[in-house]
Amino acid sequence: MYRNNAFAIQALVRDREVHRDVYVDPEIFELELEHLFPNSWVYVGHASQLAKSGDFITASIGRQPVLAARHSDGAINVFHNRCPHKGTKIASEPCGNAGKFFRCPYHAWSFKTDGSLLAIPLKKGYDGTGFEEMPASEGLAKVKNVAVYRDFIFAKVNDGGPSFEDYFGESLSTIDNMVDRSPEGKLVIQAAPIRYMHTCNWKMLVENQTDTCHPMVAHESSAGTAIKVWKREQGDSKETPMAVQLYGPFMSPYEFYEQSGIRIWPNGHGHTGVAGSIHSDYSDIAGYFDQMVSAYGETRAREILGEVRHNTVYFPNIMVKNSVQILRNFIPVAVDRTLVESWVFRLVGAPDKLYERALMYNRFINAPTSIVGHDDLEMYERAQEGLLSNGNQWVNLQRLYEAGEEKNVAAVINGTSERQMRNQYHAWAQFMTADMGGRTGVTS
Amino acid sequence: MNEKAIVDFIYREAGLLDSMQWETWLELFHPEGRYWLPLEWAQEDPVLQPSLMYEDLLLLKVRVERLSGERTFSQKPKSRCHHLLQAPQIIECDPNAGSFKARTAYIYTETRGDVLERFSGWASHELVVVDNDLKIRLKRIDLINFDAPFSNIQLFM
Repeated sequence: MYRNNAFAIQALVRDREVHRDVYVDPEIFELELEHLFPNSWVYVGHASQLAKSGDFITASIGRQPVLAARHSDGAINVFHNRCPHKGTKIASEPCGNAGKFFRCPYHAWSFKTDGSLLAIPLKKGYDGTGFEEMPASEGLAKVKNVAVYRDFIFAKVNDGGPSFEDYFGESLSTIDNMVDRSPEGKLVIQAAPIRYMHTCNWKMLVENQTDTCHPMVAHESSAGTAIKVWKREQGDSKETPMAVQLYGPFMSPYEFYEQSGIRIWPNGHGHTGVAGSIHSDYSDIAGYFDQMVSAYGETRAREILGEVRHNTVYFPNIMVKNSVQILRNFIPVAVDRTLVESWVFRLVGAPDKLYERALMYNRFINAPTSIVGHDDLEMYERAQEGLLSNGNQWVNLQRLYEAGEEKNVAAVINGTSERQMRNQYHAWAQFMTADMGGRTGVTS
Repeated sequence: MNEKAIVDFIYREAGLLDSMQWETWLELFHPEGRYWLPLEWAQEDPVLQPSLMYEDLLLLKVRVERLSGERTFSQKPKSRCHHLLQAPQIIECDPNAGSFKARTAYIYTETRGDVLERFSGWASHELVVVDNDLKIRLKRIDLINFDAPFSNIQLFM
C-alpha cells in the first residue's frame, strides 16, 4: 500500500495529527529502514571508542551494517560492513581492534584499516579475469557521507539531501555544550551502554523525549514515591541525597515545564529546557566550577554551565543530555521493537563525582531495572496495543497548535507544546520520501 | 553463627521474595546494606563503572513502596517471581571476624501477565551479625548475560 507511494506516506502526517500506521504498520517500518534512515544523518559512535589505530565499532543504518575504524594516519572512516567478495560481515562484535588490517574470516581477503584491499590468497587466480575493473578490487566500500563533529561520528548512506551542517544547523549547540562542560573540551566513552529492549515503535521513545506533560503523571509512581519515602525517612538529615535530587524534579508541576520552554530547529531537531530544566538544581560538585573558570574564564564558564538543557532530539533517533552527559540511541528492531542503548560520557579533567552522577542517572532512568523506565515502557506498550483500534486511527499532537504554524523553522515556544513532535513528523515525511521521486512534491 | 545458619538465611531470603513479603525482606538488610547488579563481568567498582542497580536501603524502600502504589501502572497486573537455588557455597564463615560470605548459583524467573522471563546467574552474599541475626551488607547478582538488552526487570533477583 505504501511502497512506491510517496503521496500515501505523506498523507499520514497532518498538521495536528499523525496516522497510527506510522507506529504499527510493518510496511511503513520497512520503508523507514530503506528510506528514512539512509536519507538521514545517523549517529554511528564516538571517536573516543576509536582511540587507537585499528580500533573499530559496528552499527546499523536502517538495515545496513556499517563499520567505523581508525586508520594509522588517524583518520576515521565508515565502511559498509561486508566483504566485497561474498558479503560476509568483516566485524561482528560491537567494538574491537583489528590490528594492522581487517581479515575476512571466510576466505582471508584482507583490508588495510583505510579499507583498501591488502591481499587475497592465491591472487593469481584473478589474473586476466578483469578483477581490477570490479568494485571488489577497491576493498571495503566506504560510506561516502561521513562527518566527525567534535568527536561525534555521523553518516548518511544515501547521496542527496542536506549537508551535515545544513541538516543539523544550530542544533549542534547541544553537543557543543556537552563537550564544553569538560575543562579540557573532551569527552570519552569508558564503558558499554545500558541496553533496554522496548516492545514498542521507536518513534514513541523519540517523541517522549520532549513530552513534558507526562512526567508528573506517569512518573508519580516512581519519582513521587521517591519524594514521599525520602520525606518520611530523612530524619534530621539536611542534605538531599544525590538519588533524590535526580528523581525529585520529575514531579515538577506543569507551570515549571511551561516556563522552561521548548526550542525547535529545522529538519526535526529540538530540545526541552530552554530556560532551565529538571537538571538545574543539582548540588555543585566540589572543585568543578574552579576548574571550568581556569579553563574558560569566569564569564564563559558561567555561560556554559548555565545552559542546562533537558533533552535534545537529533532527528531521527538519538537524544542528547548535555547537562548530564548522556546519549540515548533508539535503534529500530521491528515495528513494535526498539533497542535503546544509553551511553554515558566522562568529562575529561572533571571530578569523578560528575561521572558518578551521570552513571547513577543512567541506571535510574534508562535501565531495564529503572522504575522510571518501567513507568514509560508500560505507557508505550499500552499505546502500541491501543493503536490497533479502528475506532480512531489518528494520534493527536495538537497541543498549543497555532493556525498557519510555520514548518521547518527555528523557534522557542511554550514548554508544554507538542510542536516538537509535529516538527519531527514533518521531517519524517520529508526524509521518508526524499529519494522516492515522482509525486513527492518534496523540496530540500 | 555457623555455615548452616548462612545457608538457612539464603533460603529464607529467597522464600520471602517468592512469597512477595517485601517489607520482611527489607528487614534482612543492614542499615548500610547494598543491592548490586553489575553491568560488567567481574566488575570491581559499583560507582565509577556502570551498574544496572546499586541501591541502598532508601532506594530499595522506594521500589517496595512503588510496587503497591495505586498509580503504579506497570504493576497492573502484578509481577511474580521464583528463585531456584543451587546449594549455597560457603566462601567465608568467620564468627571472630564477623564475616560471612556465600555464593549461590540460581535461576531467576519473573513473570507478569502472559510474559515470563528467565535469568541465570550467581548471588554473592556478604553478611554481618547484628544482635545475633545475620544481615545483608551486600547482595551482588552477576548474570551470565549481564550485557544483553533485557526488557523490564521489576522485582528482586
